[in-house]
Amino acid sequence: MDTIATPTVNYLNNGHGLKSWLLTKDHKRIALLYLFSITAFFFLGGFFALMIRLELLTPASDLVQPDTYNKLFTMHGIVMVFFFLIPSIPAVLGNFLVPIMVGAKDLAFPRINLLSWYIYVLGGLFTLVAAVTGGVDTGWTFYAPYSTSASNSHVITAGVGVFITGFSSILTGLNFIVTVHRMRAPGLTWFRLPLFVWSMYATSLIMILGTPVIAITVALVAVERGLHLGIFDPALGGDPVLFQHLFWFYSHPAVYIMILPAMGVVSELVQAGTRKNIFGYAFVAFSSLAIAIIGFLVWGHHLFVSGQSTYAGLVFSILSFFVAIPSAVKVFNWTATLYKGSISWDTPMLYAYGFIGLFTIGGLTGLFLATLGMDIHVHDTYFIIAHFHYVMVGGAIMGYLGGMHYWWPKITGRMYPESIARFAALIIFVGFNLTFGPQFIVGYLGMPRRYAMYAPEFQIWNVLSTAGATILGVGYLIPMVYFIWSVFRAPLAGSNPWGARGLEWEIPSPPPTENFVVTPVVTEGTHQYAPSREVGIA
Amino acid sequence: MFTNFPFFPQEASEQAANVDALYFFLLAVTGFFMVLIAALVVFFAFKYRRRHDNEVGEAIHGSLALELTWTIIPLGITMVMFVWGAATYFHMTRPPKGAMEIYVVGKQWMWKVQHVDGAREINELHVPIGRPVKLIMGSEDVIHSFFIPDFRVKEDVVPGRYNTLWFTASKPGRYHIFCTQYCGTKHSNMIGWVTAMDPADYQAWLSGGSSGGSMANNGAKLFQDLACASCHLENGQGRGPSLAGTYGHEVKLSTGQAVMMDDTYVRESILNPQAKIVAGFQPLMPTFKGLVTEEQILQLTAYIKSLGGPAPAAQK
Amino acid sequence: MPESQSSYQPAPVAIHPAPAAEHPATHPWLQHHFDSMEQQAEASTLGMWVFLCTEILFFGGLFMAYLVYRHASPEGFQEASHELSRLWGTTNTLVLICSSLTMALGVRAAQTNQSRKVIVGWLGATIVFGIGFLGIKAWEYYDKFVHHHVPGPNFHWDGLYPKPAEQFYSLYFAMTGLHALHMIIGIGIMTVIAVLAWKNTFDEEYFTPVEVAGLYWHFVDIVWIFLFPLLYLIGGHFKGA
Repeated sequence: MDTIATPTVNYLNNGHGLKSWLLTKDHKRIALLYLFSITAFFFLGGFFALMIRLELLTPASDLVQPDTYNKLFTMHGIVMVFFFLIPSIPAVLGNFLVPIMVGAKDLAFPRINLLSWYIYVLGGLFTLVAAVTGGVDTGWTFYAPYSTSASNSHVITAGVGVFITGFSSILTGLNFIVTVHRMRAPGLTWFRLPLFVWSMYATSLIMILGTPVIAITVALVAVERGLHLGIFDPALGGDPVLFQHLFWFYSHPAVYIMILPAMGVVSELVQAGTRKNIFGYAFVAFSSLAIAIIGFLVWGHHLFVSGQSTYAGLVFSILSFFVAIPSAVKVFNWTATLYKGSISWDTPMLYAYGFIGLFTIGGLTGLFLATLGMDIHVHDTYFIIAHFHYVMVGGAIMGYLGGMHYWWPKITGRMYPESIARFAALIIFVGFNLTFGPQFIVGYLGMPRRYAMYAPEFQIWNVLSTAGATILGVGYLIPMVYFIWSVFRAPLAGSNPWGARGLEWEIPSPPPTENFVVTPVVTEGTHQYAPSREVGIA
Repeated sequence: MFTNFPFFPQEASEQAANVDALYFFLLAVTGFFMVLIAALVVFFAFKYRRRHDNEVGEAIHGSLALELTWTIIPLGITMVMFVWGAATYFHMTRPPKGAMEIYVVGKQWMWKVQHVDGAREINELHVPIGRPVKLIMGSEDVIHSFFIPDFRVKEDVVPGRYNTLWFTASKPGRYHIFCTQYCGTKHSNMIGWVTAMDPADYQAWLSGGSSGGSMANNGAKLFQDLACASCHLENGQGRGPSLAGTYGHEVKLSTGQAVMMDDTYVRESILNPQAKIVAGFQPLMPTFKGLVTEEQILQLTAYIKSLGGPAPAAQK
Repeated sequence: MPESQSSYQPAPVAIHPAPAAEHPATHPWLQHHFDSMEQQAEASTLGMWVFLCTEILFFGGLFMAYLVYRHASPEGFQEASHELSRLWGTTNTLVLICSSLTMALGVRAAQTNQSRKVIVGWLGATIVFGIGFLGIKAWEYYDKFVHHHVPGPNFHWDGLYPKPAEQFYSLYFAMTGLHALHMIIGIGIMTVIAVLAWKNTFDEEYFTPVEVAGLYWHFVDIVWIFLFPLLYLIGGHFKGA
């Protein structure tokens, strides 16, 4: 096939000035708007994390007051969960790629897409106001009755911020679902779709069904706090465990919103990095759906020590084991794809390896938490913190970075510097493990989470963890620098610098505003490197 | 600064060993899979590395046999984990009959412990080894959580209800108590110590001044002071039902339902008397919300528990 | 600058046709990213259905709270429900059902390309019914306010179960309030659609906005169908039964 020449007019220079960006309907520009915002929030959340880790160098609460520390970990959680992890891959890579991957000129509802970004920014502003005017100290989990009746911080402001941002999530998911159903190019059957699209679809199902519940829950917290109605506070006649059920009904599926897109990215990276069909395409595709569906049924595993009945505990425990199986299936399929592949050592592949290793550790420690007799001991300790950071940072963020590197040439038309990028990936991997590995140990020892001061015998593990966090922080800064540098100075990228297969590699880098001048007609699976029997299993 | 380098908590209760056995099993199984995947990935990454830019991978699509294998085997393994974990959990949530009861009230930011015989402690809990101890826990304000890492026990302490946990201490010593549900400013300071003692030493500690009288005695005093006795006459002819011999039995309500007279029902009747009315009586009892603390409720409950005697005569 | 490009370039997965020399005439309301009016219509209606699913979950949280508290005090809820006016609740139900009828007829009118007067007539009737519903609701709220049944510092309950009554009315105002908010938004949407209809925007190829607004309106109606018995009819039975 002829190399497609880099065009002079593409979506980046098609229209100049702030208005052409702030009023754009182009999904690619909206993806970049999201990229800037979530990156800003990532560094804000990272700053809070740095403060936490610095405080935890010593057992005493000597760097910051306990009240301040409580606000730091709360804001770290709120910012990272709602303003970075949940939007990250869907709003940046999903927005950019889903229309192109289905052969469409844009998402189904471009103006709603832009609206979703403005809603996200508005919600973010409320949360920033809460942070700047004194912070919130309830923990990102807002447990009642502390959040409704005892906290002296800006709970309602932060809650409003979360409520508003939820609608950004809902609208994004809605857009993706309709796009995948109704805007696939001729010849693009479901089983010819890239696995990234399958995972975005499954993620969107969770976004639209789960987010409204957190919205109403946060609204009820605000109502109870403002009007002193008895919904969750037992002193007013309410039920505090009801809050936990309502909160986790969303917040557990939310973690699958965070990981499914990363899994989708990894499927793409592994195929391109091995130049081979994914092993077990249908199984990987259906696993995404299975995770989305079963993920709605396990929320009670956050309530094992709340006083909920032992029978409820049994049900949620067994379902939590079930939800682990599709993830395991994916890990096995990715590993099997490597067999007899032609495997690259480029940065995207390094991040894919990082994901597979670290997500596997994080997911396996999840089995500890699904085990009833085990969870009692480690619940609300650093073991939990280590678990979720392995999946969310070692998993989701590695997937995000891998995807950013892989599609960077397509998004910007420039290639990032490969050697520095590999080096940064290594730093991130080492720093990450040093930060969170020791937390498993100190968690089993009994160090509770959300502690500004801790028992002196835990110090050595905290010191190791902070050392790791410093390395990790440096590791994250390096890509920031060279990505920005690359936009101005790096070599131009061709339409297909990786020799990968897929619709996005058959249009110029960067793409024209309309993606495809004429809607393409798909003739085979967009994931395939070798002809196969169509559809179905294997 | 680095005086000790602990890797693992002590096993200071009889169930700690159970929990640790489960832990090591999980560690072994998950460790095996982790090493397996890591080894395969590293091995394949080197063996099949791309040697020239034009290379592609082999045309392999999948294998139903493999998919079924690596679905069913993990499913089997996880079910073993489930059953073992559930069995351990059942044991942990079923205190043996006759366990020594100790009451704990969590309050921002301290633990108030009341022994039935009257001994009271703040942020300390003395227990004998070798004897099952059941903690009955309530909160005065927000959700807390009572955690003894070396015993491997934990349970949330939730306002508006009682939660329990039990253990049998097995090794004399002092062990951490941590509050482990975020509860505000001094959450990380809401800590204490369990002192597990040989039975002889425990007796000595008990008799060494438990000032203040037993819980039941304090409860009896409250029962008079708050005028409960003026309605709840023992002969059953008062405005309220007699409470003699009622604890631990079912009570018939005005709606026809029956309810167990337990700690929760007693507490509810004191704070929200209109919720459940005993059959044959009018809804006359005033609420004592704001007039009694959680500890006083526990003392009243202890008093009612101590009222043995025949079951009351048929209600009017 | 040289282009960074892999020397291995796989075969394309799709045929990329050349642009046509002449662009066929398209419907004035066809958006640039859709290939046909049909695709656009299907996308819009699917989008509204997906949005309505999110609304089910949104109201669902409140229904969950209702379930938990009613289970905790069934007699309390029954006593509280008795103080709501079954007459006005039933009237409102009938008003909403009529509004759904006029809405459906409005969609049909747009779909069969009837005159703008007919379409706007049906939409206008829907709006009138909607306003009627809100008016009755406002009167009911006022009545509750006067009887000190609004939860908060001025709440006063004469019956046997004051705490459950306050919980019931918290849920009553939250659920019917959220519903009324959706009605207000719906009336706003209807007005916009009516204005568009008056400008002769719709024909048999393009009536999706009316259809989609109709879906939304029917959903808001159905939410009321669930709210009405749960709030107004607890322990209810016909006289003599």
